[in-house]
Amino acid sequence: MKKTIILTFSLFCLALNIKAQKIKGSDTVLPLSQEAAENYKKKNPTTTISVTGGGSGVGISALISGTTEIAQASRKIKFDEKLKIQESGNTLKEVIVAYDALSVIVNPSNKVSKLTREQLEGIFTGKITNWKEVGGDDLKIVPYSRETSSGTYEFFKESVLKNKNYKTGIMSLPATGAIMQSISQTKGAIGYVGFAYLNTNVKAINISYDKGKTYVVPDITNVKNKTYPIVRPLYYYYLTKNTNKVKGFVDYILSPEGQKIVSNVGYITVK
Amino acid sequence: MKILERLLEGMFKMSSAITSIVILLIIIFLFKEGFGLFRSPVVEKGYGLYINSKNPVTDLNPTQIKQIFDGEIENWNEIGGKDESIYLLRFDEIFSIYSDEELGENYQFLPQKLNNIISENSNIIAFFPKKFMPEISSPTKEIANKNIGIPDFIYGKEWLPTTTPSPLFGIIPLVLGTLLVSFLAILIALPFGLGVAIYLSEIANNKVRGMIRPAIELLAGIPSVVYGFFGLVIIVPIVQKMGNISAGETAFTGSLILAIMALPTIISISEDALRNTPLALRESSYALGATQWQTIYKVVIPFASSGISAAIILGIGRAIGETMAVLMVTGNGAVIPHSIFESVRTIPATIAAELGEAPMGGTHYQALFLLGCVLFLFTLVLSIISEIISNKQTSKSA
Repeated sequence: MKKTIILTFSLFCLALNIKAQKIKGSDTVLPLSQEAAENYKKKNPTTTISVTGGGSGVGISALISGTTEIAQASRKIKFDEKLKIQESGNTLKEVIVAYDALSVIVNPSNKVSKLTREQLEGIFTGKITNWKEVGGDDLKIVPYSRETSSGTYEFFKESVLKNKNYKTGIMSLPATGAIMQSISQTKGAIGYVGFAYLNTNVKAINISYDKGKTYVVPDITNVKNKTYPIVRPLYYYYLTKNTNKVKGFVDYILSPEGQKIVSNVGYITVK
Repeated sequence: MKILERLLEGMFKMSSAITSIVILLIIIFLFKEGFGLFRSPVVEKGYGLYINSKNPVTDLNPTQIKQIFDGEIENWNEIGGKDESIYLLRFDEIFSIYSDEELGENYQFLPQKLNNIISENSNIIAFFPKKFMPEISSPTKEIANKNIGIPDFIYGKEWLPTTTPSPLFGIIPLVLGTLLVSFLAILIALPFGLGVAIYLSEIANNKVRGMIRPAIELLAGIPSVVYGFFGLVIIVPIVQKMGNISAGETAFTGSLILAIMALPTIISISEDALRNTPLALRESSYALGATQWQTIYKVVIPFASSGISAAIILGIGRAIGETMAVLMVTGNGAVIPHSIFESVRTIPATIAAELGEAPMGGTHYQALFLLGCVLFLFTLVLSIISEIISNKQTSKSA
């Protein structure tokens, strides 16, 4: 009897100890975390995991203030965020859980099928305004961007525009769905969306980051072997003092089963 | 019984007092947050722009900073310096120049390395957190970091709220975009709305009226996202084809949607005004031998004119504040519009799209609150005007 009580008690303590993990941050990583958390809960009924979005910045500031255990981010942690964590006397652990590729898309009627990074920079900063300058028809280029609040906007600016600003007055749409819709119905349009959103209503462009020597098709193989250039890692950040608490879930998402969820959600697996 | 009445009276008094106080508090909050913007520095808080002390430049305005970091200004002589090309050093780039070991575990060697780079390059401009800067002495000089000025906001022609090192908060494109879309919407909605109102109040029989009125009221009940969705999928391609333009997301498209949304307001208010024309007036008109049409445009419309003006102004108010539908169909390009077939960005759409990710208490957040203040002033002026006009109406009919 005594043994049973002690056993139950210690089990109870253990359950208390591992329950109630919180994951917060990027909306890009959100669907992946949600799906993984649901499956993980099915296998470990004693745990509860709550997953919320809000943006990468929100997640990391919650990690700093201690209101979340895991911060999900679609960008690397910024230097001053890292400093704040150092100041609080903690150390940070970074885990890449998946990769996301950005595809540059145009209307299917567009003749142009490949562009260099320099040409893309020209188009999105407003220096190239007609498709004939990049080998297409005599047609005005209509670039579409995401809203400034999106991590995708920042990543594209960093990777393709080399931190220059988008052209003044670029059209910016609130969601990926709206970008797809507009590009499928506008002849001169060009825009960028997550790799997972590609469909037959739009045409994906082959990209060259070496001034036109090689153009890479955005497909799973090229993204995985990292020849496709516009790829970003998706991160989990947690504090090393919480390792025991979060390890189960982080290991699960890196396991073959977890990585299967990654490809189901439309991202690229780590391994 | 008497006590109950007293109690009820007291409760009503209380609730009206609470309502007024809440409204007042919201307004105070809005302005307090918004005006914080003018106490914030041009370059992000905690960061600074540093140059070599031999460089004669001491002052840069936000637009110049943006152009330097965009590579549009490439030589110091364009902004009053020597004839030297500009060497840009962003913070992240230091990590590709020096390895982590060279910078030390807690970056304790960073200030010294920065000092070296700045002294070696007289043409440098570096963007860094203040805490890593060596003491401001030779060879490093900080560019004066003034606060954001009211003119930067009111006369600014560019809205680039997330640009580093210095964001631009110029409201001119947003204000012009909002006004253009709203007034165009009323221009489109007015003939239709007035026509329907006249038909309903003067011509239609009760049966037709009983069918059309609820339908119009239903129009007012459709959520604005649904209008936006409809606009994006149906109206945007139509505008694009009809106008033969490169993109269908234009000010005109937004106005079309807003016109549909403002119709119920215009119709019901102007119909009420038309129906308020006293029977005696109409009957005297008929007695003088006027036809029905003559009565409508010589007697009824002039009598109801102030009510109709109030309807127009309330319609504009509805259009100015509309957010979601506009966000979806106008393309949101923050540029000063030159024609109605260009993309525009309105104030409400800007707030809705950007507030979610603006760091709380930062300059971007404050700038969005200030936009809210501007919007509030617009609608305040409009409701005061409509109040004045409808007061005229009541004094006339009395």
